[in-house]
Amino acid sequence: MDMKLPNPIRPAFTTPQRDDTVIVNIGPSHPATHGTIQIVTELDGERVVRVDVHCGYLHRGFEKECEDHTWHNLIPYVDRLNYCSGLINDFAYCDAVETLMGVEITRRCKLLRTLLAEYSRVADHLTCVAAALMELGAMTAFLYLVTIRDAIYEHLADLTGARVTYSYGRIGGLARDLPDGWLERLEQILGQFDEFVGRVHGLMDRNRIFIERMRDVGVISTADAINWGYTGPILRSTGVPRDLRKDTPYLAYAELDFDVPVGIKGDNYDRYYVRMREMDESIYMIRQLIDLLRETEGQPICVDDRRCTLPPKQLVYREIESLINHFKLIMEGPRVPAGDCYVAHEAANGELGFYIVSDGSGTPYKVHVRSPSFVHMGGAHRMLEGYQLADIVPTFGSINMIGGECDR
Amino acid sequence: MAGAHPFDRVRPALAPLARETSIAHGVLVFAIEPANLLALVRRLKDEFGFDLFLDVTAVDWLGQTPRFEVVWHFYSTQHKVRVRVKTRVAEADPTVDSLVALYGSARFMERECHEMYGIAFRGNADLRPILLYEGFVGHPLRKDYPKQHEQPLVPYRAAE
Repeated sequence: MDMKLPNPIRPAFTTPQRDDTVIVNIGPSHPATHGTIQIVTELDGERVVRVDVHCGYLHRGFEKECEDHTWHNLIPYVDRLNYCSGLINDFAYCDAVETLMGVEITRRCKLLRTLLAEYSRVADHLTCVAAALMELGAMTAFLYLVTIRDAIYEHLADLTGARVTYSYGRIGGLARDLPDGWLERLEQILGQFDEFVGRVHGLMDRNRIFIERMRDVGVISTADAINWGYTGPILRSTGVPRDLRKDTPYLAYAELDFDVPVGIKGDNYDRYYVRMREMDESIYMIRQLIDLLRETEGQPICVDDRRCTLPPKQLVYREIESLINHFKLIMEGPRVPAGDCYVAHEAANGELGFYIVSDGSGTPYKVHVRSPSFVHMGGAHRMLEGYQLADIVPTFGSINMIGGECDR
Repeated sequence: MAGAHPFDRVRPALAPLARETSIAHGVLVFAIEPANLLALVRRLKDEFGFDLFLDVTAVDWLGQTPRFEVVWHFYSTQHKVRVRVKTRVAEADPTVDSLVALYGSARFMERECHEMYGIAFRGNADLRPILLYEGFVGHPLRKDYPKQHEQPLVPYRAAE
């Protein structure tokens, strides 16, 4: 084949600034990075002088597709934004639609969503830390962390029917209540978590090789981080306790006791440690939520509101009102009052915001996602420039770019 | 909680720069003329501590004039509140001022808004495609861009 394919990107620079530097292209598919991202670098020896980051290789028209589905039918798409913690996306999206509709979810739903959001955060941080450690050669730590993550995925599959893409959120509630014995199994997994993560702390925290690779690498200051739109663990690693769960409490976070771990100077080591400590806080919250959930046993999980909640299936077959209600909700979608709103949740990577616009019909006029990964990629050059070529791998790992939500 | 709500200070101070102000779902909304954007945002950032630029996007109100509504979101890490700024621009000249001089994060987000809606950001020198590819024709999130339209970068193979 002699056909020359056009270059999908136009790099910001193609000629070196000096005669002793060289331009090297990394990615979009590179064995040392997870996620399809292209990094064009200018190197002075092994030192990175300039960086141009390109994303978009996983763009699949999420926002366009949303405008062609009912408010309910696009929930499976939302799952696929951050596929390490799909439930947080579900709940943030449902919260945005509920805000616009003026629906107040039930207490049990609120508690369960909070628990599952924290559980997903643990899975997400486990994935991020495991991948970042593996890229540095720490295979054992990777396997310990992924063992727990897999237990969590299997456990979530018991609840939702899927390991990664759950489609479990519903506008005004959740797909179903907890199956029998789910909370007991959860307590077992939390015990295993403490054991395996304790081993990783032992392997990594004071490991000289690990510290040499992570400490003082990829440093970003608080002012820079805010200027470049950083939120979540990266912003907290610079030393400021900025967390939406504390600052603008949503779901049941106002009733929970938890700390916001922060770093010292915003380097790779701090980002690793902030994520490790955040998992501990999540586990602590989950333990509180288990008790609260046991108190609400048997209470409804979905709101009693015909505008969004499907009638029980048995009634759909037996009475005409429920049949029509079901038909309208499925075919036309829940009517969301005209207007717009922006709702943000603290996702595992930072502020996940949904800006939704409704024209009053059952289909969104617009769904826009403010995805943390995309914004983080916009400032990634600040953490890469000035360090070694080999430092791109751990720094990029510690940013935890998720292609699904970055490229949408 | 003691003390006045942060909006109580921001809203009257910046109302002269806006066509209309309102509070919707806990977010303070300024509907402004495009010309007032930089003046308003600069004061939001410098005087009222809205230091985190969250997002910029557009809404295509096909059939209305002016056609596009550009929407910005800001957050104050100090007061923990959000502000939304909206403006309408015409299809013939969908140009607004860029915020790259004030917020670094505007760089990527304006690139996305530019390729998806064709909004031009005056002062952003780097409006290369970011999620799409070089040479993509049209603006896919405009309502008149057909969803099924295909323009593959790599030609499809002919059937054997």
